[in-house]
Amino acid sequence: MKRLSAFNITALTLGFAFLYLPMILLVIYSFNASKLVTVWAGFSTQWYGELLRDEAFLDAAWVTLQVAVISSTIATVLGTMAAYVLVNFGRFFGRTLFSGMIYAPLVMPEVITGLSLLLLFIGIGLDRGILTIVLAHTTFSMCYVSVVVSSRLISFDRALEEAALDLGCNRFDAFRLVTLPIIAPAVISGWLLAFTLSLDDLVIASFVAGPSSTTLPIKIWSAVRLGVTPEINALSTIMIAVVTVGVITASLISKRNAVAAQRDAQAAERAE
Amino acid sequence: MRKFALIAVPYAWLLALFLIPFLIVFKVSLSDTALAIPPYTPTLKDGFGALIDGLDLENFWFLTTDDLYYKAYLSSLQIALLSTFLTLLVGYPMAYGMARAPEEWRATLMMLVILPFWTSFLIRVYAWVGILSNEGLLNQLLLWVGVINEPLTILNTNTAVYIGIVYTYLPFMILPIYAALDRMDDSLIEAAEDLGCSRLTAFWLVTVPLSKNGIVAGCFLVFIPALGEFVIPSLLGGSGTLMIGKVLFEEFFNNRDWPVASAVAVILLLILIVPIVLFQRNQQKQAEAEQ
Amino acid sequence: MPLLDALDLKEQSNVSSPVFAPWDDPNEKPLIRFENVTKRFGTFTAIDDLTIDIYAQEFFALLGPSGCGKTTMMRMLAGFETVTEGRILLSGSDIAQVAPNQRAVNMMFQSYALFPHLSVWDNIAFGLRRDKMPKDQIEARVAEMLKLTRLEKFARRKPHQISGGQRQRVALARSLAKAPKLLLLDEPLGALDKKLRQETQFELMDIQEGTGTTFVIVTHDQEEAMTVASRVAVMDEGRIIQVATPANIYETPNSVYVADFIGDVNIISGTTKPAGADRYHIDWAPNQAPIVATSQNSFSEGQTCHLAIRPEKITIAKDKPEDTENAVQGKVLDIAYLGNLSTYHVELPGGQVIKAQTANTRRISNRGITWEDPVWIRWNATAGVLLEQ
Repeated sequence: MKRLSAFNITALTLGFAFLYLPMILLVIYSFNASKLVTVWAGFSTQWYGELLRDEAFLDAAWVTLQVAVISSTIATVLGTMAAYVLVNFGRFFGRTLFSGMIYAPLVMPEVITGLSLLLLFIGIGLDRGILTIVLAHTTFSMCYVSVVVSSRLISFDRALEEAALDLGCNRFDAFRLVTLPIIAPAVISGWLLAFTLSLDDLVIASFVAGPSSTTLPIKIWSAVRLGVTPEINALSTIMIAVVTVGVITASLISKRNAVAAQRDAQAAERAE
Repeated sequence: MRKFALIAVPYAWLLALFLIPFLIVFKVSLSDTALAIPPYTPTLKDGFGALIDGLDLENFWFLTTDDLYYKAYLSSLQIALLSTFLTLLVGYPMAYGMARAPEEWRATLMMLVILPFWTSFLIRVYAWVGILSNEGLLNQLLLWVGVINEPLTILNTNTAVYIGIVYTYLPFMILPIYAALDRMDDSLIEAAEDLGCSRLTAFWLVTVPLSKNGIVAGCFLVFIPALGEFVIPSLLGGSGTLMIGKVLFEEFFNNRDWPVASAVAVILLLILIVPIVLFQRNQQKQAEAEQ
Repeated sequence: MPLLDALDLKEQSNVSSPVFAPWDDPNEKPLIRFENVTKRFGTFTAIDDLTIDIYAQEFFALLGPSGCGKTTMMRMLAGFETVTEGRILLSGSDIAQVAPNQRAVNMMFQSYALFPHLSVWDNIAFGLRRDKMPKDQIEARVAEMLKLTRLEKFARRKPHQISGGQRQRVALARSLAKAPKLLLLDEPLGALDKKLRQETQFELMDIQEGTGTTFVIVTHDQEEAMTVASRVAVMDEGRIIQVATPANIYETPNSVYVADFIGDVNIISGTTKPAGADRYHIDWAPNQAPIVATSQNSFSEGQTCHLAIRPEKITIAKDKPEDTENAVQGKVLDIAYLGNLSTYHVELPGGQVIKAQTANTRRISNRGITWEDPVWIRWNATAGVLLEQ
């Protein structure tokens, strides 16, 4: 058993305080009765009420949700295909360009991605709206999905697929019945990552969104440019709460699975 | 053929929505501004010959004549470099502390580092506005304690930008360093101490070199996005904060000068190619070392 | 030594049942025929112009060090690698164009490749379902396989909930379920510990005999190959060096490589001098009497040769033995006590070290031979095999 030194405890305490205090303060002040966001004037949930009555926010949230669900789903399909191609197909014509196009969007500044897509949409005369945001989000998030899924595929035992072929599967059945169920956790994380990226994106959406398709981040952005507002604090609190619950649930599930796997392994040893 | 389709679909998607758009940016950067829709000339409607003839490097010359751009590139580099270094200073001790923490804490600590990553980037930057403003919580605290008599101006300065970058990109620094430290065999430190190292020299001679790949990866993961950052300088920085992502955004939306904005983008990418290639090398080296 | 035990067992079973040797029958048609098969990966030649016949119901072992091409041969049979040159015939027809999922060949993978998301039952039923077999037949067949491999109790378990030995049996049951003409086993026992491996070897032989399936096994473990196989092919660098029954591989290796690869051996090099019918005198060291050896192969005067003698065929004594064909004096360098056996390392006057083995038939016996003792070693003219290379 390792013991933490005083230095390590200090580093961790200060570090996590730095990471979490701003968000905690945001959450606390979302319950502030005062319109003046820096002065505490008692507990109130009035800003949540106002937020829920704000049609513009609700519309933006609805647009964002649609875009996120559609784009992350398409991105998961395309990204999984791309990962499978990159990991399993070896050399083929244009492979270098292909893998370059998978990795480049991960490091491309958002302003450039946004600008380039906008110029394309204008060039081909596509009206800006939900469709253009979906296309843009799918493009960059499929690259993230592909990275997540390919890191799982690399450690995937190819013999499993060969065993399926050996037992009479064609390639598609081998993927559907064996590979996909096994890599499913990575595919699901890829989808969640794509979903979050889409929910979060401000810069690219600013370029490719039309006037009728304002997303939540664009809406937040135009509000916070004018300074701190209690409604945004309330909205932030809701978003933080959703993410926190989601992440904690996910890690509890994975921990439970890990414990179960360990127990099974021990039981298997005893069965020897 | 199924195999062909499997390659072709994602390939075609990326060609159409990644490569071609980028080629368009390149083309527009060589065009001239025009009062038209789209606001540049020539376009494909003018015919291919006229299109080729109409392209020139004028916008790039313009970027060299107006020192706004020159300064913006330099100041972006400076801000990105310095904030990467600051992130390392904050992140390394945390990653080290996590790697030394008892086994049963690690999953929780890991989750605590990853959680902000899933939380909206915009909201996390916004959280600092209420803290750093003149009447913000930090100034209130400092005034109350009595450290200062006048509120400090932090919001709308470069200092706020540094804080914002360190804050938002901290997980990217911690995770690769933690991964490297976690893989390290503890008996190496014991061996170094057994051979006569003090704790500190053992740290310098063994721990730091062995986490080098994690440090390098973390630095690139912070530096590359910080260089093109737009939200943080716009929200936390002041009018004096020059960062190229912000300049590009404003050039495009406020001045509607698409060709110049495209030229700014092309140069930004050229600057980014160096760290990206270096980063790729580091990752490859690491992958080979693991095999 | 277990290797020898295995050989004894084999000999006994051969005596009790009619001799199974289709390879000696010119009228027998092979199940598998490799015809001048070459396989290249880029510039690397994995299989080099290889020709071999494998007969129905054989338990055929491909034995060799890693990288010798044995796994490539197996993967070509399964259909995961294509042949560069030559052809592979299964029951007389070329299988080059037959996809892996259409071949009447199944494979048991080295890693077992059990589907982790499926239960033991579903793993075994996997191939039957692909064949669209009616449900009741699948159930009957899976039950039969579970019984054969004694896994009835574990049918509902997932692969990670059973032990390594049970996993090995699931893999076997799964690959046998489709009743293939030919079963390929890639290092099937490699992941098991030594004791379990020895038990499983006999289980594997029983199942092979019981089902009448042709087994081709790939292994780098010579003991395993000798124990289970009806014939062993010793491979090196993409070629087959020798194909023979385990006893013949051990007693009449065709080269120093095979002699050295299988079991322990002493090699004495020299030049031959014919001395009557099938008899030769070998000059092996200056100022030493020639060694007498017999050989069916003919050697010319002065030809370089290598005499391979197994340590257990050399006896060691303190006094000079009488009326023996070969006796050499030496000095004890090392003694390895193995429990059932003792191996003496004896240094001969020329500096060569010869291993001699004696069985420790009595408890606490004092043989009176110890380090640095001058000793005599002796063997018969027929004890060794005379090899050209």
